[in-house]
Amino acid sequence: MIVTEGLTKRFGKRVVLDGLSARIATGRITALLGPNGAGKTTFLKVLLGLARPEAGRIAIAGELLDGSPEYRANIGYMPQIVHFPGHLRGRDLLSMVQTLRGTTVKPDLSLAEAFGLTEELARPLGVLSGGTRQKINAVLAFAFTPALLILDEPTAGLDPLACRVLKDRILAERARGTTVVISSHVLAELEELADDVLFLADGKAAWSGAVSELTQKTGEHNLERAVARLLGGGMPYLAVA
Amino acid sequence: MTTTLRLLLLVVRESLRGRWLIGLALLLAALGELLLRFSGGGPTTLVSLLDVVLILTPLIGLVVGTMQVHHAREVTELLLAQPIARGRLFVALYLGTAIPLAVSVVVGLLAPFAWHGLLFGADGMQLLGLAGAAALLALITTAMAFVIALRADDRVRALGIALGIWLVTAVLWDGIILLTAMLLADRPIEVPLLIMLALNPLDIARVLLLLGSDAAALLGYTGAIVQRALGGAAGQVALVGLLTLWILVPWTLASRTFRRKDF
Repeated sequence: MIVTEGLTKRFGKRVVLDGLSARIATGRITALLGPNGAGKTTFLKVLLGLARPEAGRIAIAGELLDGSPEYRANIGYMPQIVHFPGHLRGRDLLSMVQTLRGTTVKPDLSLAEAFGLTEELARPLGVLSGGTRQKINAVLAFAFTPALLILDEPTAGLDPLACRVLKDRILAERARGTTVVISSHVLAELEELADDVLFLADGKAAWSGAVSELTQKTGEHNLERAVARLLGGGMPYLAVA
Repeated sequence: MTTTLRLLLLVVRESLRGRWLIGLALLLAALGELLLRFSGGGPTTLVSLLDVVLILTPLIGLVVGTMQVHHAREVTELLLAQPIARGRLFVALYLGTAIPLAVSVVVGLLAPFAWHGLLFGADGMQLLGLAGAAALLALITTAMAFVIALRADDRVRALGIALGIWLVTAVLWDGIILLTAMLLADRPIEVPLLIMLALNPLDIARVLLLLGSDAAALLGYTGAIVQRALGGAAGQVALVGLLTLWILVPWTLASRTFRRKDF
């Protein structure tokens, strides 16, 4: 379980997170939704300690985050855009991250195999195409059997086949008991994955709950329409919730 | 320990990839060789080299330092998503940038002298002093560059500030000192000028090196005052202390900014 209380983050005058309090359930896939600029990426970065909130608290699995870095050993993170050191080979990157994580367990390369990337891992990252780098980004996030996966727009830049491979892997991770948080604009992507929805608007949790509850409350039977209901004015769900 | 070392190696490799540093070493070596041929070694060569070092090292330190921070930004994000303390990453980033720069300056400086077998000649100590001061300047200007680049997220702005600082400290400084001395006219100028000396690490390095040489005529205003106020040896110790402060203060500032920054 991830619990956040009153997270506040400003960039200059712009309030990106405005007292965000949310809960993310263990062993489930939570879809992080919201319009552009709602604070999705910032929220994920705050969870990782990449951005420092001005106020608020975060507890992951009962441990209050206090700025020490150890908890990140249990997190696999796939950023929206990734820039690798160009001279490194994929393999070197993985073994470097293994050292940095202080684990002796070899990186799990099954996702690389599923992507058909085994050969690309031996080439410098700088010469690879954007899509291939995005796949390696995914491989890195899944490589060290994390208890928590944080995926920021994971399917952006991936071809449909690779998307399928990635989604299957995400489902397999859930079966293993991994907690997954995914932000995405492509709601159809999340339809088959998401168990819960955390809907951000203006830096606050505008709605959170199970997908089934969302479709029930908005009277829409697919996620895309339900969210469109949320986004379109009126927000009748707020009165109910 | 292995973590910091591994990070350090990564940053050093990134630093060397730019070929900047190899070019700098070659340029310094070529200039040294040229000066050796035309002025035949001896103190004059060293003083000319001193000027070159005082102009080039800070320029490269400030420019390469700011660029490296911005260049490393995305990789920093990747690394900070791992269980790594920010302080460690900062140490690796700074040392991985500053040490290769210092090494390339020192190697470029010493190479032509070593080639001609002058490394342990009559001016050997002076030469090593120059190399040491150049290395210190590399560490100082890289630390300054880190402060600038970590506080100004915009690449162009950071580079502009870095170049501005270089222009003031390396090029315009003598003019500013003269202007101050003129403005102060009849009043005692020792204290204000000593304060101004302390404000410019390049000037400190210059005075430090010239205090130890026979070229006292080149000491300039500030140097002459140091010599009069503190004398040779005590002055040198004080100046080395000041240079050390010039590493520690920007380092502390940059490290603090890095630890609180959003990536």
